[in-house]
Amino acid sequence: MARHLITTTINGDEVEFACQPGQTLLEVLRTELGMNGTKNGCGSGDCGSCTVIVNDRPINACLVLGVELEGAQVETIEGMADGTELHPLQQKFLDHAALQCGICTPGILNMAKAFLAKNPDPTESEVRFGLAGNLCRCTGYDKIVRAVLDAAQEMRAPK
Amino acid sequence: MSNDNAKTNFQWVGKRTRRPDGVDKVTGRARYGDDMSMPGMLHCKVLRSPHAHAKILSIDTSKAAAIKGVKAVLTSAEIPDHPLSKPPYAPIINDMHDISRNVMARDKVFYDGHAVAAVAATSERIAKAALKLIEVKYEVLPHVLDPIEAVQPDAPILHEDQFTFLGDKTSEIPSNLFRSSVGERGDLDQGFGEADLILERDFSSEPVHQGYIEPLACVASTSEDGCVELWTTTQGHFVIRALCSSLLNIELAKIRVTASEIGGGFGGKNTVYGEPVAIRLSQITGRPVRMVMSRKEVFRSSGPTVGSRTHIKMGVKNDGTITAAEVETWYQAGAFKGAPTGRAVETYFSSYTIPNLKATVHDVCVNRPKVAAYRAPGAPMAAFAAEGIINELANRIGMDPIDIRLKNAVTEGDQSLGGSVYGSIGLIEVLNQTKNHPHYLAPLGPNQGRGLALGYWMHGGGLSSVSVHLLDDGSVTVATGNPDIGGSRSSMRVMAAEELGIDIELIKPIVADTGSMGYSHLTAGSRTTFATGWAVINSVREIIEKLCILAAKKWEIDVNDVSWEAGHAVSTKSGDSIKPLSLKELAAMATKMGGAIAGHSEINAGGTGAAFCLQLVDVEVDPETGHVTPLRHTVIQDVGRAISPDYVEGQMQGGAVQGIGWALNEEYVYDDQARLQNTGFLDYRMPVASDVPMIDTVIVEVPNPNHPYGVRGVGEPTLVSAPAAVANAVENAIGKPMSSLPLSPPKVLKAIEQIQVAAE
Repeated sequence: MARHLITTTINGDEVEFACQPGQTLLEVLRTELGMNGTKNGCGSGDCGSCTVIVNDRPINACLVLGVELEGAQVETIEGMADGTELHPLQQKFLDHAALQCGICTPGILNMAKAFLAKNPDPTESEVRFGLAGNLCRCTGYDKIVRAVLDAAQEMRAPK
Repeated sequence: MSNDNAKTNFQWVGKRTRRPDGVDKVTGRARYGDDMSMPGMLHCKVLRSPHAHAKILSIDTSKAAAIKGVKAVLTSAEIPDHPLSKPPYAPIINDMHDISRNVMARDKVFYDGHAVAAVAATSERIAKAALKLIEVKYEVLPHVLDPIEAVQPDAPILHEDQFTFLGDKTSEIPSNLFRSSVGERGDLDQGFGEADLILERDFSSEPVHQGYIEPLACVASTSEDGCVELWTTTQGHFVIRALCSSLLNIELAKIRVTASEIGGGFGGKNTVYGEPVAIRLSQITGRPVRMVMSRKEVFRSSGPTVGSRTHIKMGVKNDGTITAAEVETWYQAGAFKGAPTGRAVETYFSSYTIPNLKATVHDVCVNRPKVAAYRAPGAPMAAFAAEGIINELANRIGMDPIDIRLKNAVTEGDQSLGGSVYGSIGLIEVLNQTKNHPHYLAPLGPNQGRGLALGYWMHGGGLSSVSVHLLDDGSVTVATGNPDIGGSRSSMRVMAAEELGIDIELIKPIVADTGSMGYSHLTAGSRTTFATGWAVINSVREIIEKLCILAAKKWEIDVNDVSWEAGHAVSTKSGDSIKPLSLKELAAMATKMGGAIAGHSEINAGGTGAAFCLQLVDVEVDPETGHVTPLRHTVIQDVGRAISPDYVEGQMQGGAVQGIGWALNEEYVYDDQARLQNTGFLDYRMPVASDVPMIDTVIVEVPNPNHPYGVRGVGEPTLVSAPAAVANAVENAIGKPMSSLPLSPPKVLKAIEQIQVAAE
């Protein structure tokens, strides 16, 4: 099947990839580009494990086709840290033990990042509804919510 | 060995430290089941039965095999057959006859989604296309989904070669009932005779899936010399090795299994599904083979927990003394025998000193996927019935729900129905802490109810192997054979640091493959921190002994005059002014003075602690829709000793929310042909963040006297008590007992309408 050549930006770097028309962004990231940090929990947009940020919007990578990404800005978990310095959300997830198995963590971190960009001072309830598209089966969400609220506070503080 | 469980002054135990694998998991570096690929790797897809019960008349794979890119098509003809296991049966059965048929159907299919054939191809797309060309002729048979219907005389029989095991003989005609576990004590007639109030009730619960977010995934690579490398997401790579060895007749030493990071398991990744198929396809093609299940396949084909039907009778005196209880429960095992009936007997009424008891639990085959473990297998549905009827009895005699439990609570020396004699346990402490908790005293609003329930679990011990290596620079590796499912690396590191008396950052814990370690049983039953942690402590103590010998050699004194204190070898000879040697100094000397220093431990840990958990739940019921909203949730649990409190709390909170899902939403929906209808997370509705409140935790620490640090285990009791606590809260909100899970809005609304009709 003919492949399409797509030029996009992933985590700030220009990336060119060739993909089939039916390949999702999730497949492109994982199998064409070897970026395994984005996880596949369902492939149908129900679990949020593959959440990445495209043009500042959080999306399920399993619901977007690779060919739609011409000229797009894609942010994945591999680009969340600033060089060797973890993002405040990553730090707070470690501080609050907001992960157990860790499979949902990349998706939840991306969702939280996009959510806080729009709502930097959320209530607990707003965080819960902001993360309602991301399933976690291990933690019961308690420590995740605490970590996001704590990260929000730190990110609001003047540097 | 001397145990230090009386020790309360710890350097690292009980501290909140960052987990050693954390950075990899927040940066996307951690590699899970689906994150492995190998050069030349083929992709496997599985054809699954569209029928719940059918004879396989023929399978024609020729058209599929002819497609370009297809390298092999496999049916059960390529999987070795095994005879049925014979009595006496082990409490937990691993029957190769059944498992081989579960991974690939042989003559019959027993459930919608049962594997029938598999294709290995150069791409997943080609493999999927090839599946459509496999022609299977079925003779569809009548099906049965309900365990009570399945034991009626006219029920469709799944296995013509299964006869009910009756202890000394078997039934004369084939039956879906495999066996029954029975526990009894005292005199039921006398007990019920002493009661002032006797209730009889029926309870039911549905199978629920573990709902791990990472689908099952593996990569198998075999070589021409018969050796197998397997990468898989599992709770126990040594168990996977043993099962693959037995199923495929390959020597254990020739199979090397590496456990990937595991994206949740909860009991669901304790057995094999795709692994033997991937190995066989790799043997046939000579290439690595990857098999990854879709979410739909996970729901249709992997084991959920049992569903249950229960009839229960309980008698109580007006002062709250429970005099007798009798229960009969039918567990649906799914397509093959093996429902956790013994565990149900063990956990029924186990929090109480009821003198006259009988529990009978049946193991019944039905046309559903073969059940797997799920976080205290057999216990939450038993607790749902037992705690439910106690709630109603307490309401009827006008007694506080904690007081009735205190009145009947087990203490040291009492015995569970399954025969466990309790050592030092913390049930009374748990109940007293609940009574004084602000949550218990807080007022409730209209349409709100508060429920509580107890859960019990006897945690696992068993086989664990550990190797600890002291390196030249004073850093330490701790290798275990247990996949880290929820922070166990952290606990292993904490225990090693505590023994050595050094900074935890100097210790690197790893999960080693099956070629590197002695046998280690599953990461299950909360056995890892208990048993594997114990082996870590033993291994480190061996290192300390060797270091003391080294110091004695260096100082030219008797080793009996050397002790280990705060990370240093110290001379204890009176009047001696020898400067202590640090771990780092000794590590640097070791290889020049005899050789590298390591400690090993291979143990079969006994003496696990009984653990009790109480859950306190407030809900609000919408009288218009029947929708239940959890408002406040507190988990109070005796954990023995919290090695890593962050992850102890995490277990308590995670179990609580799984229990909310079990209580309110989760169930399998079948059509009239017994085809599963809700095969995705949209329709199989697990709790999301906005469904649940914060989960408060109270860690109670009554040390387990059998463990060096007092560890009991933590993962299970919280789920055991959660569904019952939620159901009791709903009962107390609407004023009517709720006896059928899940408490979905239609059921709750119907109960509310029945109350209104009765009132009119």
